[in-house]
Amino acid sequence: MFKGIPVSAGIAIAPIAKLTAQSTVATNDEKIDSNRKTEELQCLEQSIELAKEQLSQLKEKALDQLGPEKAEILSAHIAFLDDPSFTGEMKARIENQLCSAQAAVQQVAGEFVALFEGMDNDYMKERADDIRDVSRRLLKNLSGGDSHSIGYPEEPFILVAEDVTPSETLQLPLSLVKGIATAKGGPTSHAAILARSLGIPAVMGGGEAFLTAAETGKLMILDGATGELFLDPDEGQLASFRERAEQEAADRETLEALKDLPAVTLDGHRVHVVANMAVPEETEALVASGLDGVGLFRSEFLFMDRSNLPDEEEQFTAYQRVVSAFQGKPVIIRTLDVGGDKHLPALALPREDNPFLGFRAIRISLARPELFRTQLRALLRASAYGRLLIMFPMISHLEQLREAKRLLEEVKAELRTSGIPFDEEIAIGMMMEIPGACLQADAFAKEVQFFSIGTNDLVQYTLAVDRMNENIAHLYSYYHPAVLRLISHVINASHRAGIWTGLCGEMASDPLATELLLGMGLNEFSGAAAVMPKVKARIRSTTMDQAKQVARHVLSLSSAEEVYSYLRDKTE
Amino acid sequence: MIRFDVHVTAAGGLHARPAALLVNKAGQFQSKVTVIKDQKKADGKSILGIMTLGASLGDWLTFEIEGADEEQAAAALKELFDKQFES
Repeated sequence: MFKGIPVSAGIAIAPIAKLTAQSTVATNDEKIDSNRKTEELQCLEQSIELAKEQLSQLKEKALDQLGPEKAEILSAHIAFLDDPSFTGEMKARIENQLCSAQAAVQQVAGEFVALFEGMDNDYMKERADDIRDVSRRLLKNLSGGDSHSIGYPEEPFILVAEDVTPSETLQLPLSLVKGIATAKGGPTSHAAILARSLGIPAVMGGGEAFLTAAETGKLMILDGATGELFLDPDEGQLASFRERAEQEAADRETLEALKDLPAVTLDGHRVHVVANMAVPEETEALVASGLDGVGLFRSEFLFMDRSNLPDEEEQFTAYQRVVSAFQGKPVIIRTLDVGGDKHLPALALPREDNPFLGFRAIRISLARPELFRTQLRALLRASAYGRLLIMFPMISHLEQLREAKRLLEEVKAELRTSGIPFDEEIAIGMMMEIPGACLQADAFAKEVQFFSIGTNDLVQYTLAVDRMNENIAHLYSYYHPAVLRLISHVINASHRAGIWTGLCGEMASDPLATELLLGMGLNEFSGAAAVMPKVKARIRSTTMDQAKQVARHVLSLSSAEEVYSYLRDKTE
Repeated sequence: MIRFDVHVTAAGGLHARPAALLVNKAGQFQSKVTVIKDQKKADGKSILGIMTLGASLGDWLTFEIEGADEEQAAAALKELFDKQFES
């Protein structure tokens, strides 16, 4: 059994289809006969020349469409192909060690990837991706076809790959992909996000050993909830996982039936159940999910995995696509939230000792107004195409909110002068994720139209627990009474001021917490689209009176353990 | 042989773009160009060699240039750093 990072829940049982050409850095010791040496060298040289041509053409296109910065990266890729320590070394391996051309590319690329990944500079670590990119191109040229030289099977399968790029995820035959397992990548990779929103069970970071052992055609079980990967499972494992998979399928069917029904309690109290999203590619799947809109669009994903910044036009196109597709349903877009665990190479942010208390989110936006204004312009322009709401992250001080709103007004005035349409009534909200801001919710409530509670950060800041730290992860819980009191306080303050409150952390998608939050008066639940129907089902099965009783009782308890036990026993 | 030190002032260090420019420039001369950081040596005509030095903002690099056109090469490379890789 192998174990990776669980990124999208669900059980998948199917034969493996492995994307071999992508295995840029897989170990490959394939040898050739010495009489094939010249031929093999020629193949490599041709594929290098072809790659240079392809990259030069791409570079021209990039210069036109993406600007010189992006084009320079392609220059770097071309320079790799001229580098004696890279392609020169590949040729030497064929010449001296009788490696096949493919093996030579994979070996040398693998060594450079390991070298870059071992560096303590985050930017340089990410250069491993440049090596993969160039090597993938070489391998593709060597195999003379597209990067998926195997083609997809006609039967259901589990996709296994070193990693999967967002465009590859989108090209998958979705009706046949039962699961995705990769050797690399983590829960915030684009592929993981897409898998979640499409509801495909997925496990990332299964490791090289898993990749090597996973052969096309072999039967495999993937558990997207635990991260477990079983190759060639025995009868007992198959039977127990089949049973669980059937149960899941039955649950899904029940939930599917709720798709077009509103999130309303038995006694008629209406709330909104909406989706979190990160990349515009998710739009169509989310619209089809029948949810009430988007509670959190994480705009930072437009800025990540690239060395330059998206300009106004690119951002506008992305926002407009989402807002138009939702046809008047609310789409809350959060302005850039980077720093902390999310780095942006293009911003060249300094390394910090304490990044979660440092230069991040709105603090960066206000310090870099040119960056912020570009985003605000793009957001306002997109607001003309549907119902867009703007949300500011990490607000701790009232002055920050006022400054952000002042900049927004300035940008609005510019657009009016230029006659560019936007939604004059556009609603502004803020994340409630800092305990200090929660305690001051009454003051903030006078200045915004909505709050959205971010429990992931709120728990971390309230309990001073970094949940990535294994030694203290058990202390991390949104059931802690201190966290619950802050949530309750924020909701009450918002209602007193006549505005509404949503919640967009993981707590919103936990069905165990649904009744409690409902009883506290929460107006909007925002989470991963695939799990939100469960929340909707919980809401539709209770009354506001019952929920209020649960909330009252829970708020009288004094430990996270008591709260959890009470809610668990009540649900069972 | 010419030997000189430069200070890395590009915000992201000697990452892909400046490294490509540096290697391009070095490749225009016949002289052998060696770049040294903390005893690690790299061929100034190998972009990956330069990148794997991992030179960050604030680091010092030593250049060793040897060959017929070493003076011209040294001047051209120093200019790159002086202009912070903005051409």
